[in-house]
Amino acid sequence: MHIPDGYLSPQTAIPMIAVMVPVMGVAVKQVEKTVRKKEVPLLACAAAFSFIIMMFNLPLPGGSSAHAVGAVLMAILLGPWAACLGVSVALIIQALLFGDGGILAIGANCFNIAFLMPVAGYAVYRLIKGNADLLSFRGMTAAAVAAYIGLNVAALATAVMFGSQYHLFQAADGTPLYFMYPLKVTLAVMMSEHLLLAGPAEAIITVLGVWFVGRNYPELLERPGQVIPAVREVNGHV
Amino acid sequence: MFKKYRNLWIALGVLILLCPLGLLATGTAFGEWGMDELSERVGYIPAGVQQFAEVWSYALLPDYSIPGLADTFFHAAGGYIFSALLGTGLVAGIMILLGRRVKE
Repeated sequence: MHIPDGYLSPQTAIPMIAVMVPVMGVAVKQVEKTVRKKEVPLLACAAAFSFIIMMFNLPLPGGSSAHAVGAVLMAILLGPWAACLGVSVALIIQALLFGDGGILAIGANCFNIAFLMPVAGYAVYRLIKGNADLLSFRGMTAAAVAAYIGLNVAALATAVMFGSQYHLFQAADGTPLYFMYPLKVTLAVMMSEHLLLAGPAEAIITVLGVWFVGRNYPELLERPGQVIPAVREVNGHV
Repeated sequence: MFKKYRNLWIALGVLILLCPLGLLATGTAFGEWGMDELSERVGYIPAGVQQFAEVWSYALLPDYSIPGLADTFFHAAGGYIFSALLGTGLVAGIMILLGRRVKE
């Protein structure tokens, strides 16, 4: 899902950078306001987790691969703005140091993976969880579904960015200038890969991550508005 | 920071050691093909791709590997673990620095 340089026209890539600059500004401000001092280690660890989970490539039939992202997990634990900031930092380091994702494309990648994904995932999570405890069956189901949908929203946006290039930008001789497959191909391939494999993987790592933090540091799950009296019981059972 | 939340950092360390598992999937993700793979797939390199693909050539550890290392799984795994250590360390460090702006 990391768009490399060259596959997006500058007319697509540059505006996405322009969009992400103020979004990052808001993210920093919101993190200052909503994250507590004791949660900073979790903030650092969850962002680092996002970096490393993206290195766990999963093989796909046909010789392709995909991976989970960890953005919805971070949004559930620390809020969508913290996820936006943390996953953006991970994506920027990946692009600069490891050539994973382009530099011109960094705005597009951050928008899809670090903004759309956690925001969409978090909305689904809140909607399904309602007033249930995070560690209850309903809370965990909410986390799983949110992760699945969040990742697929990011995949959908990436597929649209890829495919739109084919239709919008062609050389004088009619050959594509940038991405070379039409929307129907990018949508079919990206969505089947993420709906069938990467999405379930995202759901699993998200549930495991919430469970791990809840089991070891239940106090870190007590975000304002989601106090969880069930933590003690759950710990008693495992 | 590290002592109180030891288990978080241990879990991260375990993932860093396990990350070469990610190398077993050798296929390139859709849309992330390098120029060689691209010309093999579609037979040509679009003009715009040619123009912008290489704007950033300063990646120290391209594809999470140490350049010049022998082409075996063990060397690749070593480079991958080193990349994971460096990457997670940088990301966590930047987040801790940003976290200093947190007020309470």
